Amino acid sequence: MAVDRFLTVETGAVRLITLAVAGMAAVMASPALAVGTTAGTTISNTATATYTDATGKPVSVPSNAVNLRVDEVLNVTVATAESGDVPALPGATNQVVKYRVTNTGNGSEAFVLAPITAIGGDAFDPTATSIVLDTNGNGVYDPGVDTVYTAGNNNPVLAPDASILVFVLSTIPAGATDGQRGQIDLTATDAKGSGPAGTVFAGQGTGGGDAVVGTTTGVGRDKNFYVISAATVALAKTASVLDPFGGTKSLPGSIITYTLVATVSGTGTIANLAVGDPIPAPTTYVPASITAQGAGITDATDADTGEFAANRVTVRFGSVAGGQTRTVTFKVKIN
Amino acid sequence: MIRILIASLLMASPVVALAANNVEVVSEMFVEKAVVQAGSQPKIVLVKQKSGPPGTKLVFTHSYHNGGQAPAANFAMTNPIPSGVDYIGSDDAFATVSVDGGKTFGPLGQARVRASDGALRPARPEDVTDVRWALKASIPVGGTGKFSFRATVK
Repeated sequence: MAVDRFLTVETGAVRLITLAVAGMAAVMASPALAVGTTAGTTISNTATATYTDATGKPVSVPSNAVNLRVDEVLNVTVATAESGDVPALPGATNQVVKYRVTNTGNGSEAFVLAPITAIGGDAFDPTATSIVLDTNGNGVYDPGVDTVYTAGNNNPVLAPDASILVFVLSTIPAGATDGQRGQIDLTATDAKGSGPAGTVFAGQGTGGGDAVVGTTTGVGRDKNFYVISAATVALAKTASVLDPFGGTKSLPGSIITYTLVATVSGTGTIANLAVGDPIPAPTTYVPASITAQGAGITDATDADTGEFAANRVTVRFGSVAGGQTRTVTFKVKIN
Repeated sequence: MIRILIASLLMASPVVALAANNVEVVSEMFVEKAVVQAGSQPKIVLVKQKSGPPGTKLVFTHSYHNGGQAPAANFAMTNPIPSGVDYIGSDDAFATVSVDGGKTFGPLGQARVRASDGALRPARPEDVTDVRWALKASIPVGGTGKFSFRATVK
């Protein structure tokens, strides 16, 4: 039956009114709905007719109610919760990447989670070792506090519009090299079913209606990348000699200035970089001769970043990123 | 024998008690379905269905019939829009709408609603709270007609 068959008005007098308000019933596109009416809701419509009878008395007649039960739409999205590639080191274990799983359907749903690592176009395949749900909702992976996920056992159940943060932990292959990227995806599949949009699971909707696969096909998926962010440090030591006569001979009384240059390379960062050197046996440390990056450092073991202690010079630089150098100098006198 | 007599008396008696309620309204609801046809545009058909997901397009119809023995004057029907649907429109161009819960009715094009920032803006179909059909002419005895409006499941 075509639509317009229903929409015919049979009252001649009414046609005249039509002209007066032409265009008032302009049909516009209905707005996009994020989630929609909750599955199982009954929409009931009733109208009331009023008229005056032959005696001039007003009469009111209700129509019968017509009801529609809202079917359940199965929709889910997965989105990375990382701002970019996640740095990792070769061979590292329990490397965390985050995803947010959101129920964009209109019924409460359980979701089956699964990682995918064998993906073309990347340099290495991380090995996903566990999936953890952010059960305390603080956005951070808390080992031993957040619940480890087991497929089918504790599928997260999300109300319409609700979401949960999911952590996937991986082991990085030992053979991966600096700068390489490895992709890891997470899929969330509606436990009630998935398939092409429009697939109907009759009678399986909340409240007894149908469950219908939505535009997301009932499966959400997004990707994250680990990037190998390794750093190496190379230490170079040079010496210059000043003898008591203004030359460069190594004589008793000559002063040797040692220069230690730590060069960090790679895309990563060296944490807690410390440069240290023992004073060589036939020499004596020249007091107050330590410099770090050209600035003097006291010999005492105190609040500054270095000291001379136990016949050894030590300077601490904290975290140093790849591509940077740190230079320490100190002096000794030949005995 | 007595029962048959009573039955025939009831059928024959010229009961006038219905005079106060002699226009009947039958409401129906249909779901718009697109049926793909080979070699042409999909055809929209209306099917009776008890359930549908959000986004389902619905057609609500009200068929009236004056089954009484006198014309019904000033006939009007008012349909509050159920909360689970958005009004799209009525192809009955004389239909008027309310955006204030049925206090006032008029053409949608003249309706204004207050936006969240307090400013008035032209009403949109989804702002409609009630739809109303009013007939200028009386419905004669035996007269029938049908109103309809379309809506989308929210």
